[in-house]
Amino acid sequence: MTVFVWIESFAGRALSSSWEALGAASALAADLDCAVTAVVLGANAEEIAAEAAGYGARQARVCSDASLSEYRLETYAALLSQLVAEHKPKAVLAVASNRGRELLASAAADTGNGMISDVIELRLADGQIIGTRPAYAGKVLMEMTAHTETTFVTLRARAFSPAAAVAGNPPAIQRTAAAATPDSIASLVEGFATESGTVNLTDAAIIVSGGRGMANNPRNPPDGLTGEAAAIWKAKDGFANTLAPLVDVLGAALGASRAAVDAGYIPYEHQVGQTGKVVNPDLYIACGISGAIQHQAGMRNSKVIVAINKDAQAPIFKLAHYGIVGDLYEVVPALTAALRRRLG
Amino acid sequence: MHVVTFTRSTPDTAAKVWVDEEGAVSWGDVATVVNPWDEYSLEETIAITKSSGGKSTVIAIGAALHDDALKHSLAMGIQDAIRVEEVGADIHDSLNWSGLAAGALQKLGDVDLVIFGKESIDVASDQHSMQLARRMGWTMLSFVSAIVELDAAAGTIRVEKSLEQGKQTLSARLPAIISVMKGINEPRYPNFLGIRKAAKAKIPVWTAADLGVELPAPATSALRYFNPPPRAVSTEIIAGEGVSDKVETLVARLFEEKVL
Ligand SMILES: Cc1cc2nc3c(=O)[nH]c(=O)nc-3n(C[C@H](O)[C@H](O)[C@H](O)COP(=O)(O)OP(=O)(O)OC[C@H]3O[C@@H](n4cnc5c(N)ncnc54)[C@H](O)[C@@H]3O)c2cc1C
Ligand SMILES: Nc1ncnc2c1ncn2[C@@H]1O[C@H](COP(=O)(O)O)[C@@H](O)[C@H]1O
Repeated sequence: MTVFVWIESFAGRALSSSWEALGAASALAADLDCAVTAVVLGANAEEIAAEAAGYGARQARVCSDASLSEYRLETYAALLSQLVAEHKPKAVLAVASNRGRELLASAAADTGNGMISDVIELRLADGQIIGTRPAYAGKVLMEMTAHTETTFVTLRARAFSPAAAVAGNPPAIQRTAAAATPDSIASLVEGFATESGTVNLTDAAIIVSGGRGMANNPRNPPDGLTGEAAAIWKAKDGFANTLAPLVDVLGAALGASRAAVDAGYIPYEHQVGQTGKVVNPDLYIACGISGAIQHQAGMRNSKVIVAINKDAQAPIFKLAHYGIVGDLYEVVPALTAALRRRLG
Repeated sequence: MHVVTFTRSTPDTAAKVWVDEEGAVSWGDVATVVNPWDEYSLEETIAITKSSGGKSTVIAIGAALHDDALKHSLAMGIQDAIRVEEVGADIHDSLNWSGLAAGALQKLGDVDLVIFGKESIDVASDQHSMQLARRMGWTMLSFVSAIVELDAAAGTIRVEKSLEQGKQTLSARLPAIISVMKGINEPRYPNFLGIRKAAKAKIPVWTAADLGVELPAPATSALRYFNPPPRAVSTEIIAGEGVSDKVETLVARLFEEKVL
């Protein structure tokens, strides 16, 4: 018996969120009295497996066939499905990243197994794996179980503690061949454009978000801009020159409300909320955001919430642990300066 | 080109949702809406079929409650709607669900492209589109932020897919299944004429027997629903002489909280 954990990697390096999945897998495996098997696919698989051993994965199944060097659902799912069919693990775990979601759902379908997605707690009761997950935008929680030989589980990012580093355990690495031959691959990767310097919101420990209030920038737009165009200029200038320095000093990720996204102040990738990203940071700083229920759905579980809003009645203050009532264009630069003095 | 899209009704995002004494999920008598993520898949389906002169069909799997979402889809401009209902089937079990969905696609026969929303806002099982693709043996392209090219004659599609690290450009052969993100388009609002037409539409209901589908035992079960523990927050509105005073206090608090 074993528990599989998919170690997600990008450009030949393991994603640090994978150590959360490994932590959850180790806890489950300890309850089941079995070992964890790291499944590492793609470039540098053996090096990554050795790194995983440093976090407690004693066994690894690796494949670094050229067909896996760029992530593609078909090739990855074919191999994962094959490994599951051969080894019948009790569970397959991965972080609910975009890749983790589609990969596990596909392999679960291929192998006829049940899947529990976006789990925030995992336990074993009478040999049964039970996952707790949020539903209805976190307004309700549910417990789910699978009746199949293998249970596929995706884990919400930052809901599980990363595995602890352990010394001196070389992994037992088993190499496997790729499952799909090139002509059975239906999609082709033509390119990849990375967004430089962005921090992934779902993995971020600190998030600074801006809302519609970003448009109330006292700076004057260039001549000729009026109305909506002026508001967009002001908000963009605020994101770039007022929020970005705070983001930098905190090593944070930049978020936004839907109102800011829909008004064209900032790209959708930054949206937090029910139709954006659900985030789970230690610290969430909301600037010029009123705190609508759909925004709350994305950030309610942040450990510490700070609100900066000029309206003392804004609903965000009911949710926040700390609030400053004031103009964000005065408060944020002062906060950035104070933090810079303390953090260097 | 025949484009199929799937949708269903979900409680309004502003609704209060709770678990009642019987352990059932309730949102009182607040109306349902079309799953908000599906506004983008519906719009994309309508835009593609309008420009290619093709056919569009929307399918919901489940009880009559989902007719509201189907009518909204028709009012936006989707041509045909079908509801699949198998009394007793556990449609929250995605293997069961994908069996019925695959049966419906096979019965339609001539489908080139299936478009899903990114997720359902209530259950968000993250599985429906992918598991249907695996069952059909079709290519799955999820988290699509743009369709770069769709060539019906050549039977190919090229998309931009959102991953946490950036955008991947992929090409694939049709038939394929895609799931689309917010931002791919500006969903239209149904107009008066559309709403009137949709109100009169009779929506056919297909059963598992109509589809020749035998359902397996569900692979998963929901054991219980429960209300999250109340979040006890006491808000401290930071007091102080001026802005610099206030931010110093805030920074001190954040250090006490050990989040910096
Ligand atoms: C189906 C659906 C899905 C949705 N999904 C999401 C989602 O995913 N994410 C999301 O965020 N919203 C979502 N919404 C929208 C949500 O209902 C709100 O409209 C939105 O969150 C409001 O954004 P906001 O707080 O930036 O703007 P507003 O509500 O307009 O608030 C702006 C705030 O800024 C303050 N302010 C203005 N100027 C300043 C200043 N100079 N200094 C300090 N404060 C200032 C104001 O006092 C105000 O409180 C959704 C809505 C629907 C119907
Ligand atoms: N019962 C259903 N009938 C039709 N579409 C559905 C159903 N359940 C989920 N979907 C669609 O599947 C997509 C993904 O949902 P999910 O996998 O639950 O996150 C969304 O576009 C949903 O609208």
